[in-house]
Amino acid sequence: MTLTAEAAPRPKRAAKPSRTARTTDQRAADQHAVVTAVERAADGVVAITLAHPEGRRLPDWTPGAHIDLVLADGTMRQYSLCGDRWDAHAYRIGVLRDPASRGGSATIHDTLRVGDTVRLGGPRNTFRLVPSPRYVFVAGGIGVTPLLPMIRQAELLGADWHLFYLGRSRSTMAFLDELVPHGQRVTVLAKDEVGPSDLGALIGPARADTKVYACGPQRLLDGVLAAAEADRWPEGWVRVERFAAAEQGEPARAQPFDVVLARSGATVTVAPGTTVLDAVQAAGAAVLSSCREGTCGTCEVAVLDGAPDHRDSILSPAERRANTCMFPCVSRSCSDRLVLDV
Amino acid sequence: MPTAASTLPIIDADPFGPRVLADPLPFQHELREAGPVVVLAKYGVYAMGRHAEVQAALTDWQSFESGAGVGLANFRTEAPWRPPSLLLEADPPHHDAPRAVLTTILGPRQLARLREAWEADAAELVDTLLARASGGALEFDAVPDLAGAYPLRVFPDAVGIGPDGRENLLPYGDMAFNAFGPRNALVERDAERVGALSGWVASQCAREALSESGFGAQIWEAADRGDITHEQAPLIVRSLLTAGVDTTVNGIAAFLHAVATHPRAWERLRRQPALIRGSFDEAVRLESPVQSFFRTATRDVEIGGTVIPAGSKAVLFLGAANRDPRRWEDPDVFDVDRDPSGHVGYGFGLHQCVGQHVARAEATAVMGALARRVEAIELAATPRRHLNNTLRSWASLPLRFTVA
Ligand code: FES
Repeated sequence: MTLTAEAAPRPKRAAKPSRTARTTDQRAADQHAVVTAVERAADGVVAITLAHPEGRRLPDWTPGAHIDLVLADGTMRQYSLCGDRWDAHAYRIGVLRDPASRGGSATIHDTLRVGDTVRLGGPRNTFRLVPSPRYVFVAGGIGVTPLLPMIRQAELLGADWHLFYLGRSRSTMAFLDELVPHGQRVTVLAKDEVGPSDLGALIGPARADTKVYACGPQRLLDGVLAAAEADRWPEGWVRVERFAAAEQGEPARAQPFDVVLARSGATVTVAPGTTVLDAVQAAGAAVLSSCREGTCGTCEVAVLDGAPDHRDSILSPAERRANTCMFPCVSRSCSDRLVLDV
Repeated sequence: MPTAASTLPIIDADPFGPRVLADPLPFQHELREAGPVVVLAKYGVYAMGRHAEVQAALTDWQSFESGAGVGLANFRTEAPWRPPSLLLEADPPHHDAPRAVLTTILGPRQLARLREAWEADAAELVDTLLARASGGALEFDAVPDLAGAYPLRVFPDAVGIGPDGRENLLPYGDMAFNAFGPRNALVERDAERVGALSGWVASQCAREALSESGFGAQIWEAADRGDITHEQAPLIVRSLLTAGVDTTVNGIAAFLHAVATHPRAWERLRRQPALIRGSFDEAVRLESPVQSFFRTATRDVEIGGTVIPAGSKAVLFLGAANRDPRRWEDPDVFDVDRDPSGHVGYGFGLHQCVGQHVARAEATAVMGALARRVEAIELAATPRRHLNNTLRSWASLPLRFTVA
């Protein structure tokens, strides 16, 4: 971090850095991960395993959660976590090569190798598994990824469950081998074997003891939601998450940006590799933090101007778009300049 | 019972005895200096008091479970005194849904709706108290009149319980926090009233007992949406009522004690009220209203050369970690310019206090109101501790307030 020429003199507080010394609980300056494995999981699908660059714990997550993956070229995509949450040292994602892709999934397939570094955001969960004695899971293709940890969870909770896994053909359907041990609980519906599936027949009439989770392409989700409505499933009993095959999102910025501390008028330049939190603290602003991984909400600051690059696990999509607050322990900037109420 | 390797330090002091509870600092020092992991001879359990190890153990829920109870009692071998908490005494995956629901309801953006009302309540309480001043000053016991009065004024309303029986809240919390410790005299003393207090609290958690818009009603609405079950809802309301009052009362009392004994800090907070929020955390660090929680090893866990065997209880002294000189410079000093980030006063990791934003909002409101009207806060007489197996608490905190 460097202070720009017009920076206000450092307030007295910053002259006492000793009291802010961090030792054991110091996190990485930014959330990064290294690729520890790239494995072919099906035709056009790779499973990627990520770890903390220094072998530390990765942030906790719950089934249904996704991460932002930011590639070296700034491309950012979201992927569901499909590994084992009891392993705090590895994240696993499944990446489908989107034939229409010019960046994102194609870059991952063609260039991402073991040892490469990526930037992470989240994990955040907009597809939470809620308690139920019985679950029906409906996966379409790569949409199986968030459902894999849900299945494990359903097993641990002793719930009754069934997975309908739809795909074009078995060769394109990832993680089938992991589902084999579940035997009768899994129905594989490959279109080239059984033809199109009747989603209404799969989920059946509404049942108070059952929650339905579906993830896959929009057409599948539309079908599930239409069937649920026809069968009078109550809202909240059927939960879907769209697997976004479409390329989307602004590239994350790799260049430094300025943060203006509105209360003191100081400006500080945040270099890649430094958190906004550390930068504003070094410039004399007292911002309380705790988890330093975007989960606890302690470090929230109001954004007066500029567009934050939200990387926290807290804000809803609408709150992120509002751009009125951010969590500087992990979030950064899309714009050249951010004005914060600190 | 640990089989102590020759290098494993053993401490004879009873951290739940009256002497240590009245002044835990010498014990905390002994614990930290003895080693990263020690054995408490009296209870045959492991203990940790250094910041690095305590924070790591709190974070590592995979190795240290909460589902076997976060007190001395092991729920795998003894029946809990009440149905276990769905939050505090649960692990993933059971912990996930209740936690997600409360995280949303008690999140900072949701609390923002309450802030103005809470600030107005704080100003009114402070004005009423200060109206009794004569000659520009007054003295009163800040435990009942301020640190206790304010949370009891705003929190039960925010949860949405009825007006009757609120005097049971502090005794219930006191009892619940004693119950994490051994069955000593403090627990025995509560034996007679367990039934009555638990019954009253349980009756407050029912949907019909709760107002239409409070945290309690929002918990029941989450059950209607299917986010939790209707069976879980009352127990989650119970968590708010158990953990949301005594802790805040003691947190605010800790803050008041700290400023009363550090006059320059108060001057500084008056001049720069933006520092109040962080300074509350500094007071929580210094005093650690919740002193300890237990975990149970799920596997053999090696820490600093010691193996804590699977199934063993380990007690984590948050208060000791928050004053560990390995982590904090001048740990015994209340310094409003310190960055207390990373303290473990609210715990750490996925069980970290879900009500921490509520506590900060309450403390900031009440101290902000005081900062506007009170020039100086001093001790008027020697404060008296209230002993609890888990809480660091005051029975009486007589303060002198000089009106600005
Ligand atoms: S410190 Fe926890 S969200 Fe930033």
